Amino acid sequence: MRTHPIFAALRHHRLATTLIVLQIALACAVMCNACSLIAARWQAMQLVTGIDEASLGTLYLSGFEPGRANDLNARMVAGLRAIPGVTAVNVVNTVPFSHGAGTVGVTLDAAGQREGGVVDVYLGTPGTLEALGIRIVEGRAPGAEDYRPVGDFFPSQANVLITRAAADHMWPGVSPLGKEIFVDKNHFRVIGVMEHLSIARPGSMGPEETDWSVFAPSLAGPTLAGTYVIRAKPGDLPAVMHKAREAVTALAPDAVLIRENSDSLPALRAAHFANDRAMMSLLVGIIVTLLLVTALGIVGLASFWVQRRRKQIGIRRAIGASRRDIVQYFQLENFFIVSMGIGAGVLLAYAASLTLMHFYEVPLLPPWYLAVGGATLWILGQLAVLGPALRAAAVPPVVATRAG
Amino acid sequence: MFGYYVELAVRSLRRNPVLTGLMVLAIAVGIGTSMTTLTVMHLLSGDPLPGRSEHLHYVQVTPYPQDATPTHPSEVMDYRSAMDLWKAKRADQQALLVGSTIKVHVPASTSPPLLLSMLSTHADFFTMFAAPFEYGGAWTAEDDEKHARVAVISSDLNHRLFRGENSIGKIIRLRDSDVRIVGVLKPWRPSPLFYDVYGGRMAHGDTADFYGKVEDVMTPFQSGLEINDGNFVQFTCWQLPPSPGHLQDAPCLWVRLWVRLQDDAKVAAYRRFVADYAAQQKAQGRFRHDLTAVPSLMEWMTSNRVVPGDVRLQVWLAFAFLAICLCNTVGLLLAKFLRRGADFSVRRALGATRGAVVMQCLVETGVIGIAGGLLGWLFTLAGLWLVRQQPVPYADMVRLDASMFMTTFVLAVTTSLLAGALPAIRAGRVAPALHLKTL
Repeated sequence: MRTHPIFAALRHHRLATTLIVLQIALACAVMCNACSLIAARWQAMQLVTGIDEASLGTLYLSGFEPGRANDLNARMVAGLRAIPGVTAVNVVNTVPFSHGAGTVGVTLDAAGQREGGVVDVYLGTPGTLEALGIRIVEGRAPGAEDYRPVGDFFPSQANVLITRAAADHMWPGVSPLGKEIFVDKNHFRVIGVMEHLSIARPGSMGPEETDWSVFAPSLAGPTLAGTYVIRAKPGDLPAVMHKAREAVTALAPDAVLIRENSDSLPALRAAHFANDRAMMSLLVGIIVTLLLVTALGIVGLASFWVQRRRKQIGIRRAIGASRRDIVQYFQLENFFIVSMGIGAGVLLAYAASLTLMHFYEVPLLPPWYLAVGGATLWILGQLAVLGPALRAAAVPPVVATRAG
Repeated sequence: MFGYYVELAVRSLRRNPVLTGLMVLAIAVGIGTSMTTLTVMHLLSGDPLPGRSEHLHYVQVTPYPQDATPTHPSEVMDYRSAMDLWKAKRADQQALLVGSTIKVHVPASTSPPLLLSMLSTHADFFTMFAAPFEYGGAWTAEDDEKHARVAVISSDLNHRLFRGENSIGKIIRLRDSDVRIVGVLKPWRPSPLFYDVYGGRMAHGDTADFYGKVEDVMTPFQSGLEINDGNFVQFTCWQLPPSPGHLQDAPCLWVRLWVRLQDDAKVAAYRRFVADYAAQQKAQGRFRHDLTAVPSLMEWMTSNRVVPGDVRLQVWLAFAFLAICLCNTVGLLLAKFLRRGADFSVRRALGATRGAVVMQCLVETGVIGIAGGLLGWLFTLAGLWLVRQQPVPYADMVRLDASMFMTTFVLAVTTSLLAGALPAIRAGRVAPALHLKTL
């Protein structure tokens, strides 16, 4: 088909064409960037914590007197272990998605000059690593002799495990086994590398730092008390956690259960990402409405053009154009308009993406988003124009002979 | 004439209900989304204390002993600097603030203890920040001096513990100390909770927590430190504190200072005073840097980027959306008016001026705008209802106030008139003769 008449006609309707091109360009830019924002949140939500979340729950108690901490731990651990379905109970300082604890800047030398980064130090009693289901990929698991009493914050000397990500950051390209970390006067030696263990409040640090954690084997005591990790079969977990929360009133009347931090890990994960999920559904809603509005705009304008050109269509039909030719004409016209819109949209999308990069720590729009966005708009345009085009094709040639 | 145009407009719109519906819907959706986000933005970015905020200032010094030069003054103070500046009493009013969580219960009641947020501050806090009282009032400066065991409680807590009755003189137990209630606040919901704002620069745009509720219990500063000793949490430390939770002599930042400075001369004098203090501490070797700042309340909100990143993003998205809807409406209006070239030609031939035709078109778009505004207002209410369902701390505050209600209609009519202007001018330019021939 010859394209010349299409361009000639479009030049005739410059204003209307410009408007629809502008609308498509804006739609393209918003859609592509909204998709990349959705992808960024989705990726954040896929966070690997490194622990066996489906089998784990946690309780966080506060408000008790430190002097009674050993007694509280003994009561809680014994009481929780007695709940049917519970396979392990350990005292920890925190677990992922619960309250923040133990976030410190570490150094790689005793003088405190070489900074190692800000990490979460997890503390846990014997059996914690097994209960959490953490995979050790290098070195060894702590033995009974590695568990040390906790001083004011951390064990003063400890053999610790570190995540792969943190180790690679602190000692790039070398095995971290035997290396030393200092937290003020406390001194840690690395004996093993964990595949993953995310920080307690993912999102509070930049994306690279979400897996910077250290596990220090510890013994329960005045400064390691009140937070418990409970393991049960995934199927039993909801019932177990319900019973565990109810049991606190009887087991520890001197403490206060912090309910929003005491639940199964799947529930805590869902709560942690609730905001991101809400934002994602909002963005999806925006994209869908946007496509709908754009499609309706195309239908409206195309219908108008068809109506205006009834006579011309009749003439073309009368001089031998088939119905298919007419439909194709409108489809091709729409294709050109949408293409111009996408062309302008690419520029707008990148401008928007650069702005977003500046404010929201999202990567620059990958080109294939634009490819998908463009394809979507092309298909949408063709679908939207189909109705009016078919109506145009239905114009009988006899219209041409009528006056008017 | 205007009434006639309105009649013409309604008649013309009714002749083509689908196209009219599309235009109204496009405007309504655009208005609905942009007004929803704008209302949230308006709510979150407004002045939390209009008329007073310009006199309130936050005080920053930089007590770090490290050599590395910080880019900003510290967000929070260490105990010694805070006490030094507070004791100097160089401002019209001043209060130190420290937050913590504490176990609270009512003696002689069987209900289980609660773990609540407590603010320890000075008597000036209540007058400085215009905290409204339901019963009683603030404690006195003398109570501050005597470390009195008194407290002001929130309206919320008064409802939880005493069913909202006048609880002045009643005793509540904070951890192990019995404390007498001297004041009960009215429901008070500053947006944001400005006096607790800090650390926003490091929050990665996730600042929704700045819109939380006021603390349930407030005590005199020193009383709070004594009652809850061992339970304080630092903002940050440059060394591990010698005993956890007890921070008075710790190398930690955890205390905040707010001052009221009634005029510009006092602000300048106070800035000089703080700068001199830092210089003196640097000379003594306690500070390494003499970086200080005394921002006003709104400056402090801005530098903390209090409006959450998500909310700002939503506003941008909504306005892009409105622009798209506008393009759409302009296109459709153009189609509509150009199709009626014949009508306009007849009117022109009968003596109507170009301006009259343009006017008629504008009235028509105005009618569409009002209809779109009405529907958009319903969409806005629906949108705000959706925001209230979201798991964000400010969800309970989201309402359409009178000014935003008016803005909705002004925006709707302005956008529709804007959308109508171009098509209307085009319609006014029809050549009557050409069209009349084809009739």
